Amino acid sequence: MEKLKSLADLKKIREDARVKLDLRVKGDNPEGLVQVKVAMATCGIASGAKPIMDFFVDELDKRGIGAVVTQTGCMGYCYAEPTVEVQLPGQEPVVYGFVDRKRADEIIEKYIKNGELVEGIIPVNYEKID
Amino acid sequence: MSKFRMHLLVCGGTGCRASESNLIVESLRRELEEKGLGNEVQVIMTGCFGFCEKGPVVKVMPDNTFYVQVKPEDAALIVAEHVIKGRPVQRLLYVDPRSKEHISDSKHMGFYRKQLRIALRNCGFINPENIDEYIARDGYAALGKCLSELSPSEVIDTIKKSGLRGRGGAGFPTGLKWDIASKNQAGQKYVVCNADEGDPGAFMDRSVLEGDPHSVLEAMAICGYSIGATKGLIYIRAEYPLAIQRLKVAIAQAREYGLLGNSIFGTGFSFDIDLRYGAGAFVCGEETALIHSMEGMRGEPTNKPPFPAESGFMGKPTNVNNVETYASIPVIINKGWEWFSSIGTEKSKGTKVFALAGKINNVGLIEVPMGTTLREIIFEIGGGIKNGKKFKAVQTGGPSGGCLTEKHLDIPIDFDNLVAAGSMMGSGGMIVMDEDDCMVSIAKYFLEFTVEESCGKCAPCRIGNKRIHELLEHITKGNGTMADLDRLKNMSYVIKDTALCGLGQTSPNPVLSTMTNFWDEYIAHVTEKRCPAGSCRDLMKYSIDVDKCVGCTACARGCPVNAISGERKGPHFIDQDKCINCGACFEKCKFGAVLIN
Repeated sequence: MEKLKSLADLKKIREDARVKLDLRVKGDNPEGLVQVKVAMATCGIASGAKPIMDFFVDELDKRGIGAVVTQTGCMGYCYAEPTVEVQLPGQEPVVYGFVDRKRADEIIEKYIKNGELVEGIIPVNYEKID
Repeated sequence: MSKFRMHLLVCGGTGCRASESNLIVESLRRELEEKGLGNEVQVIMTGCFGFCEKGPVVKVMPDNTFYVQVKPEDAALIVAEHVIKGRPVQRLLYVDPRSKEHISDSKHMGFYRKQLRIALRNCGFINPENIDEYIARDGYAALGKCLSELSPSEVIDTIKKSGLRGRGGAGFPTGLKWDIASKNQAGQKYVVCNADEGDPGAFMDRSVLEGDPHSVLEAMAICGYSIGATKGLIYIRAEYPLAIQRLKVAIAQAREYGLLGNSIFGTGFSFDIDLRYGAGAFVCGEETALIHSMEGMRGEPTNKPPFPAESGFMGKPTNVNNVETYASIPVIINKGWEWFSSIGTEKSKGTKVFALAGKINNVGLIEVPMGTTLREIIFEIGGGIKNGKKFKAVQTGGPSGGCLTEKHLDIPIDFDNLVAAGSMMGSGGMIVMDEDDCMVSIAKYFLEFTVEESCGKCAPCRIGNKRIHELLEHITKGNGTMADLDRLKNMSYVIKDTALCGLGQTSPNPVLSTMTNFWDEYIAHVTEKRCPAGSCRDLMKYSIDVDKCVGCTACARGCPVNAISGERKGPHFIDQDKCINCGACFEKCKFGAVLIN
């Protein structure tokens, strides 16, 4: 470790360290952030949900979008795996099916960035109890 | 992947480590490696989460899933289910005692909902052995701000305006203390951190040092800058090995970064910190005794004045603050005194950490804004009384405090209101009692502690407390008289008025407050020779209900002194002269025929 000689040195360490802590800070205050949930049950994993989740984690970060990426269990849409639920701040969640890299990219660019709906939406036809 | 997608935070406080949380860390790491997830999921050992009741605690981020009572062998399940398949492990989730629901998100737990964490802001969030994580949370930014933008008197002014009062017990205004120390001129001054936490049931200072040691180091440096000291000393009891180890790591890292040492941030201000170990004497929490102990002398208090701010360690001006007080300082500098003074009550600003213990569902460490009521703390955050029993009293302020009852539950807690109610803030221990606790015995318990811990220097404390304890012993054995109660009360007032230091001046408080609030219990012990709570063994009398007794002889066979006689299948009797009140017959009887009065 090198000695910090100025406040600028401290700032630099802080910025580097913040990236590593980012995930915890976001998880602590998820309100106001985009929430992406990738279904990762057996059906999801078998259909390739894992690389899709990795894609979201990496790309959202690279493109500078404040988002929380988590996994969920099977959402019941096994025919349409991999499925991904995206919730923009203050909005109802939207579930996308048959998500491959191309569609994942579209979801980020169009839906998450601009709120434009993308093809592949699975209509939600159930009610949740909270 | 370029970045970890999930963090598993494992509590590394003393409580959870005692339940093998370090093995949980190892097993989680092993499982993750085996599944090839070592560079996707990070396992971090943090400080205390506060929810000690259900430790060891593991928190999964970013989804905030909160696992309780985790065992090392659960690691495989957490990895296979949660990490790989995204299904929270139901069995390990916290179950709300009232609604019986599994709660996965810690934000929805009653325990956390009402808390506001300032001193504990990083506990359970960062790795205390990694200075970078502290820096990421604006660590050392306050020190930087003070050194580069504020003059020492401006720093003191900020602390004064924030309204921060000492968290160690008496609640003396921190800014004023710093001001006095800064005005006393001397070649060398000292900044001392009082980490000699001794109240039974209090562990907030230990948790802050274990979970966020840098916050204390940073604040001590800030204090050094404002009072003109270059040397800091942390007086910590040797029985806190984990806190000591984390402090050592923290000090070493801060020195490597040049955040302690010569010319910090190149500003010419130098400050360094060393540790001093105490042997765990309660009286050494008193600042003059603490200083004597650090000087290598007996841990005995001396009269004030002179105050340490005038003549302290080695006769030099010394500022002594408690761990929790220091931990609040960097946030006040960063966020401003206006923010801090907007929290709390008129005369007590900010938050206070309390250690909940005793007959309460959620034993643990909490931090709430000043002005929160006892009812909110005990029944909402603390989850109420264990086993559905009735609340009877809560002792605040440890052995120096007093007990508060049902009628005090809605008082907004702050330094002054607690004193007005006949107790005190103290360091923030809260021991909750239920209907089975005898208040005379509780007073006796605390006196036992102060008799043990009295340093013996002044007669009122050394002899007076001993006599009080004897009187209480007398009463709980059924030998007390009304005159004893008078004597008890008088002696308590005399000790309060004449003892040398805070220990003696407050030691009779548990007696006086239980006498005020539970006078009828004292009377019952003395006049009826009866313990209403049924806890004083010598006052219990066992008898057998002849109508219920079936003559099974179980009680007679279980009696260690052969005090029970009776024919098989006929009624049995207890010979009161032989009976030693052990209660064995009561436990043996399957028919509820053994009665206690």
